[in-house]
Amino acid sequence: MAHLIRQKPAYDDAVPATEAIPPQMARYEYMHFPYVEPPELGGAAAKRRPVIVVGAGPVGLTAAIDLALHDVAVLVLDESDVVSVGSRAICWAKRTLEIWDRLGVAERMLAKGVTWNLGRVYHRDQELYSFNLAPEGGHKMPAFINLQQYYVEEFLIARASELANRIELRWKNKVTGISSGAGGVELEVETPGGRYRLEADWVIAADGGRSSIRGMLGLPFPGEVFEERFLIADVHMQAEFPNERWFWFEPTFHRGESALLHRQPDDIFRLDFQLGPSADPELERRPERVLPRIRAVVGETPFELEWSSVYAFRCARMDRFVHGRVIFAGDSAHLVSPFGARGGNGGIQDADNLCWKLASVLNGEARASLLDSYDEERGRGADENILNSTRTTNFMTPKTAAERLFRDSILALARGFPFARSLVNAGRLSKPCSLEALSLQSDDDQELGGAMVPGAPCADAPIVDAGGRPGWLLEHLGGNFTLLVLADTPAEIPDSFALAGIEPAPGLCVVSRNGLQGCKNPMLLDPEGLVHARYGGAGAVYLVRPDQHVAARFRGFDAAAIHRALLRACGNAA
Amino acid sequence: MTSSDKIRRQDGFAGKGDDFYEALLAAHQGLDDKQSAALNARLVLLLANHIGSLPVLREALALARAGVRSGEQGSDAGIGTASKNENKQR
Repeated sequence: MAHLIRQKPAYDDAVPATEAIPPQMARYEYMHFPYVEPPELGGAAAKRRPVIVVGAGPVGLTAAIDLALHDVAVLVLDESDVVSVGSRAICWAKRTLEIWDRLGVAERMLAKGVTWNLGRVYHRDQELYSFNLAPEGGHKMPAFINLQQYYVEEFLIARASELANRIELRWKNKVTGISSGAGGVELEVETPGGRYRLEADWVIAADGGRSSIRGMLGLPFPGEVFEERFLIADVHMQAEFPNERWFWFEPTFHRGESALLHRQPDDIFRLDFQLGPSADPELERRPERVLPRIRAVVGETPFELEWSSVYAFRCARMDRFVHGRVIFAGDSAHLVSPFGARGGNGGIQDADNLCWKLASVLNGEARASLLDSYDEERGRGADENILNSTRTTNFMTPKTAAERLFRDSILALARGFPFARSLVNAGRLSKPCSLEALSLQSDDDQELGGAMVPGAPCADAPIVDAGGRPGWLLEHLGGNFTLLVLADTPAEIPDSFALAGIEPAPGLCVVSRNGLQGCKNPMLLDPEGLVHARYGGAGAVYLVRPDQHVAARFRGFDAAAIHRALLRACGNAA
Repeated sequence: MTSSDKIRRQDGFAGKGDDFYEALLAAHQGLDDKQSAALNARLVLLLANHIGSLPVLREALALARAGVRSGEQGSDAGIGTASKNENKQR
């Protein structure tokens, strides 16, 4: 390990984050996961691992579970031994829930989380408008749930423990050195019992915005720092408040530009106050400054402060997320401002996009160059998230008289004029990134129309399965490549001979509006016709990727075209 | 009066509102207050000519002026509010 780089991680996070008020955390019981002495410390030979994930946050754990479900053995290293201290990321979007559902962990998130679809925007003390993020029915998952990051991590760890034959979690294992070569990656790991070394084919660096892996490899993280400071406070109180997101411009209760109120489970409310660029973080985090700000919002309601933090933020991204055999995912690869809930949700989409590709490479089904498409596809996602969160920040913090004039004029017109409401930017909330027209997707069959173009994440719809049980379309897509076939007559079902030559063999999911006779495959019924409405009607054939995005679509079954599309989607196009 | 003689109140940006707003702010970047005002004036004239319809322009002028002068319902966020907030910023 001659070329091992060992240095203090270059924390290039330019924003001086302040420490939180000592967390009281009366309601959430932090469990300390046991440190178990790694066998390598006792002299056992380190066996080479296919994948090591660094960082047991939401992104790292999601990746570990996804890989395990693809039959890849994963070792997860985390320098801590507890889940997230403080609520941190709380808003989890529909697409994230769909991904977690594929991984078998969404139900417990939904059971604990606060489901919400509606946002309200106020200017001073008057409501300007409200928006519903789930305008159409017929989807299994809601637009959003709010759930503290410590619960998310707890549930993901519980799910990972169910897959213990594939996932090993090592707490208090801190990576202190890394050497990445063409053949693999070597890590040096520090534990309470000493240092040891590990080898892996691939390392996923999911170690957060201050990624020490990124620092040790000396990789730049260019971006833009915002000077505006915010106070974030979690408050416990019994309050009648709907499950909605409330945002104020120039609130009457706070001498600042904006404020945000959001409900979390356990009667905890997230409050966010914009403090301005000149706020002193040391001063603003003191209880004598924090408590009156909260009192001004909640009035006489008794409350307890659970957690608070004063922060500034930056938008940044690495030029590339794949560096040899080290792959960056989540905040280590890209950072956004919190408005729009695009950090955590973007990171979960990273894991969703990466894991089936990495599994295909490890299984020998695809060349390593397939991982270039992770850079391409999630690079688009990162750019989209940074663009949207930067625009929100700019709207919230006018920097010149001209910017303020336009911002205030939009707010003034918003109550009377719908067009102005579309310009009010109080957060463009996370939507799944479309991978349209990128390398893995085939050209569209224009004839089909509608929103399910190649690259789009598949829309959900209610179905009834072969056993007569009601369920959801997305429960039958993903994991592997799937052919989704809409068939109302036997002629529209591809015969098994035609499928025989296609490798890797995709699963077949036939959806019919009627009880089709003579179909040998398990068939789904479309009782409300919503699958047909959303996917272009009978005769439509979709090649769906393991991450539930459309790779290609056709009117009618054409084995040769499907085979070509499949090769392309696996990065193996001729 | 035909429908095209009425000002559009619904969103006419077809999902590109944020792109427009970014372009608008970018156009003002690096200008002082006087230059910004000049840009706004020229912009109004260019767009007015593009619209062409005098009934629409008269309606727009009346709506814009009413909001600025009424000073009620928090809808006075024109020049007055801007200068007030400017002081707060400094």
